[in-house]
Amino acid sequence: MNAPVVSGIDDPGKTNHPSNRHHPAAGGTTTTGMRIPRPYALLAEITYRCPLHCPYCSNPTHYCGATASVADPEADGRSADPTTALSTTRAIADKGELSAEEWKRVIREAADLGVLQIGFSGGEPLARRDLEELVRFAREANLYTNLITSGIGLDGNRVRALRSAGLDSIQLSFQSDESSLADEIAGASAHQRKLDVAAKIRDAGIQLSVNFVIHRRNIDRLPRMIELAERLGAQRVELANAQFYGWAFLNRAALLPTREQVLRAREIAATAKARLAGTIDIFYVLPDYYETRPKPCLNGWGQRYLTVNPIGDVLPCPTAASAIPDLRLENVRTRDLDWIWRESESFNRFRGTEWMPEPCQSCPQREVDFGGCRCQAALLTGNAANTDPVCEFSPNRARVDAVLRDLNSSSDYAGNWTYRINPTVTSLDRSIVTASVRE
Amino acid sequence: MHTDSVTSKGVLLYPEGIIELNETAHEIVSRCDGRSVAEIVQALAKEYDADAAALASDVRETLFDLYRRKLIEWT
Repeated sequence: MNAPVVSGIDDPGKTNHPSNRHHPAAGGTTTTGMRIPRPYALLAEITYRCPLHCPYCSNPTHYCGATASVADPEADGRSADPTTALSTTRAIADKGELSAEEWKRVIREAADLGVLQIGFSGGEPLARRDLEELVRFAREANLYTNLITSGIGLDGNRVRALRSAGLDSIQLSFQSDESSLADEIAGASAHQRKLDVAAKIRDAGIQLSVNFVIHRRNIDRLPRMIELAERLGAQRVELANAQFYGWAFLNRAALLPTREQVLRAREIAATAKARLAGTIDIFYVLPDYYETRPKPCLNGWGQRYLTVNPIGDVLPCPTAASAIPDLRLENVRTRDLDWIWRESESFNRFRGTEWMPEPCQSCPQREVDFGGCRCQAALLTGNAANTDPVCEFSPNRARVDAVLRDLNSSSDYAGNWTYRINPTVTSLDRSIVTASVRE
Repeated sequence: MHTDSVTSKGVLLYPEGIIELNETAHEIVSRCDGRSVAEIVQALAKEYDADAAALASDVRETLFDLYRRKLIEWT
């Protein structure tokens, strides 16, 4: 008998794990003969509407070509009751979202392609009343079902309905360990509701993961966040430093932690992981600007993951729509998923290694980190085909170093952040909400 | 444990993650039904006519890895 090989794949935007290269290529070939793998996971972003306004949201800052903006922050529900906010935004913004029937077709086509797992995400997926119906359909298609949620809109009845629809797991986000900072970050009073929801999820017997997005304002509270996860009976905790896409890219100066904070947090996470082994699985993600080698983003473009956004665009990566504006996206309303996965220009653009420039092309790591993240290359260098500038061998590494130097050389570095606002159908050219960050 | 319809192999699914089991890991995990680690080792040693002592460390390592990831529980 050989030694067992237990290989994992993890989430595209979050993983710092070394990639594993033991996956079979079982997806056939394109019409041009290129070998195509099969996808493992579908991220179903069923709506971009959300009652929270977290400044690190990875959703696009632009939606349907229109700048997301609101006339009045109160009208959007910021600082108001988030449940009410959800219903008011529902009225204005669900135009254009895929219907339940369209989603079912997408789910069926994904299962046929070999997808094993679906993540219902957003925005806030609970904003859609047909979520339970979609979960049930996905379970019947034999997919593992995971809900990625703020918890706002989840009461006892809905937890039970999701449970009976077959939902396997809920990843509940928290902004911090206590209300005052958490609600300030969320731009809504949400923390106490989340605590109530966590108890209901646990009582219903659904697997609970607790996700914290870490940034400069909350990173020093890591030990207390881990304690909260323990108290809530979570099975998994994700302590993921904000990755800089979407709103987080816009708010980078306010979010990026200092080097000292990052190193301390890593130590705390590692100690907690050892202490809680078998009780809670802890997953800590460094902000990759502090790495010297890029993350193996998506475990390779068009290799394992696909994302379908609320209006049906199919993305190799959730952030690609906004980060790589010249990527020609296909839509499930006009093409089937199988064709998009195999044949589309967007999925084939960075597949494999042939597209790579130097220093990636001759790098022995090229099939380990795949040149890093295409969106990050686009955002920081203006060209998605460049080596991820996080890499120490990238000719553009100086751009990342400059950001770190600005932050770490100042003792009273402060920044403002802009709260995420809900997308509107009509484009309103109004100023967006900003809030001062107290250091 | 799910079966991957593409490869017919056993897989373990958890939030945002998939673990593909090779044949050995599959044999181990499919015996996780409440019996002890020693019993799993014995069963595998018998089935594959292998040395139980040599097998034991593989089995323990696999199970501990899955335990750390919260994919199996000691009962």
